Amino acid sequence: MSIKLENVVYTYMQGTPYERVALQNINLEIHPGEFIGIIGHTGSGKSTLIQHFNGLLKPTSGCVRIDDIDLHQNKKLAKQAKRKVGMVFQYPEHQLFEETVFADIAFGPRNLGLSEEEVDFRVRKAMQFVGLNYDTVADRSPFQLSGGQMRRIAIAGVIATEPEYLILDEPSAGLDPRGRREIFSQIKNLHAAAGNAVVLVTHNMEDVLQVATRLIVMSEGRILLDDKPETLFWNYHEQLVSVGVDVPHIISLLKKLRAAGLAVGECQLTVEAAATAICEALGGQSRAE
Amino acid sequence: MGEMIKTEQLCYEYRGPNESKVTALSNINLSIQDGEFVAIIGTNGSGKSTLAKHFNALLLPSGGNCYINGLNTRDEKYLWNIRQNVGMVFQNPDNQIVATIVEEDVAFGPENLGIAPAEIAQRVAEALNIVGMTDYRQHAPHLLSGGQKQRVAIAGALAMRSRCLVFDEPTAMLDPRGRKEVLQTVKKINEKEKITIVYITHDMEEALHADKVIVMDQGAIVLDGPPEVVFSQVSLLKSLGLDVPLAADIAQELRNRNMLIPRKIISDEELVVALCP
Repeated sequence: MSIKLENVVYTYMQGTPYERVALQNINLEIHPGEFIGIIGHTGSGKSTLIQHFNGLLKPTSGCVRIDDIDLHQNKKLAKQAKRKVGMVFQYPEHQLFEETVFADIAFGPRNLGLSEEEVDFRVRKAMQFVGLNYDTVADRSPFQLSGGQMRRIAIAGVIATEPEYLILDEPSAGLDPRGRREIFSQIKNLHAAAGNAVVLVTHNMEDVLQVATRLIVMSEGRILLDDKPETLFWNYHEQLVSVGVDVPHIISLLKKLRAAGLAVGECQLTVEAAATAICEALGGQSRAE
Repeated sequence: MGEMIKTEQLCYEYRGPNESKVTALSNINLSIQDGEFVAIIGTNGSGKSTLAKHFNALLLPSGGNCYINGLNTRDEKYLWNIRQNVGMVFQNPDNQIVATIVEEDVAFGPENLGIAPAEIAQRVAEALNIVGMTDYRQHAPHLLSGGQKQRVAIAGALAMRSRCLVFDEPTAMLDPRGRKEVLQTVKKINEKEKITIVYITHDMEEALHADKVIVMDQGAIVLDGPPEVVFSQVSLLKSLGLDVPLAADIAQELRNRNMLIPRKIISDEELVVALCP
């Protein structure tokens, strides 16, 4: 069980003067239960990469398999396999189109050919997951709701198809800090409850730190690094900066303290853990007035 | 130095569903000096953007008054003067580009003011130079990065000779590099061109660069002061659903562990100095 990319190369506008290689020889496997962050500078190939995960793009060479089914061989089998992947694009609220919130979320499950009873059940469950009240919101027009609520509806629409692999492209862009925290705690809950794989594409390192257990760094169409977030940020700081990836603020702060002579140990990248490491480095007593 | 923006008991109400009255802003009193850099923070729906739209008379108060350079926004004869004085830059760079060539886009505002072509050319060149986009003057705007598009939008306001720019989350849709470009440009036009800046953001690290931070919640101002005063209110800001700058957050956590850490630590550098004297 996995999404597996083997030697994937993707070239835009092949055979024209605008030809550009967007992905070079990508080998990657994503297993159920993983929570993966994909980071990289604009143009590094992140979005091109994730569009291979459900066959939206066909590799120029190499192959993509979902649970051992090659997405570009047997059309019928591939169609089934693609349904296991749920994709939430950037600003998904721009893709809402139905007259009511219910109908919009129900669109995906209905297309799966589920009974109306099952559709209703899934819509309720998905709304609950993203923190939308069924009784007050289901019959309203999605376009009368706030941006944050519209984002939730769009995410609920994908969740309602119960994908085994959930791919999210910048789900928190444009939300306020509270909205961001809420969306992530809901995705985390969903991940914990359903045990599906979650792949998160983002520029926001603070988001990655909160949730991802594995981090893939893209640069110029290649996978540059693939490791645990803490390991990457503590050990490859300079390399990350050189490819235009922001390192989490907390790590640059802790490194500034180190540079100033405070021997802060490698700790988890949370405010609490950082405070503990600072206390330890100071020998438990403050040197500040 | 005069007062660029002033509001007195400003209220704004609109009709919600079922004819009910919704109060978006209540009793806003604020004063923004000429040349000041003011950040406005608050959660979605706290009234930040509604307030900002009063600053160039896109919205008029339901109660109270809003003055721009001493001119009441209610008075229609000042409308064009106010709109020319206060430029707006919005979140989505794609929604504010009108022309197919960068310099034509920047020239759009002054052209509508009926300014002589020679003067327009000079203003456009000057504005593009300030935002560092001179090399791109002949480019098609839609092929620029998000950060570059926002800088073109800023140049458009500069070419109008606006004395005040209102930014509504200008970096929300940008990548880290674009964010830096835009913030640096905003700081530069504030420091060098003395343009008054009103900067709405969710990014507390960006707000640190302001002279003054205004915190909004449920249509009212809850805090209004210099960043070091506002951001030392860690628990209040968090209870409002806002973030605090990381250094302030860690400083508070260290205080919770009975360490003596000075108040008013908001930047990395201040924390480093406090911990490593």
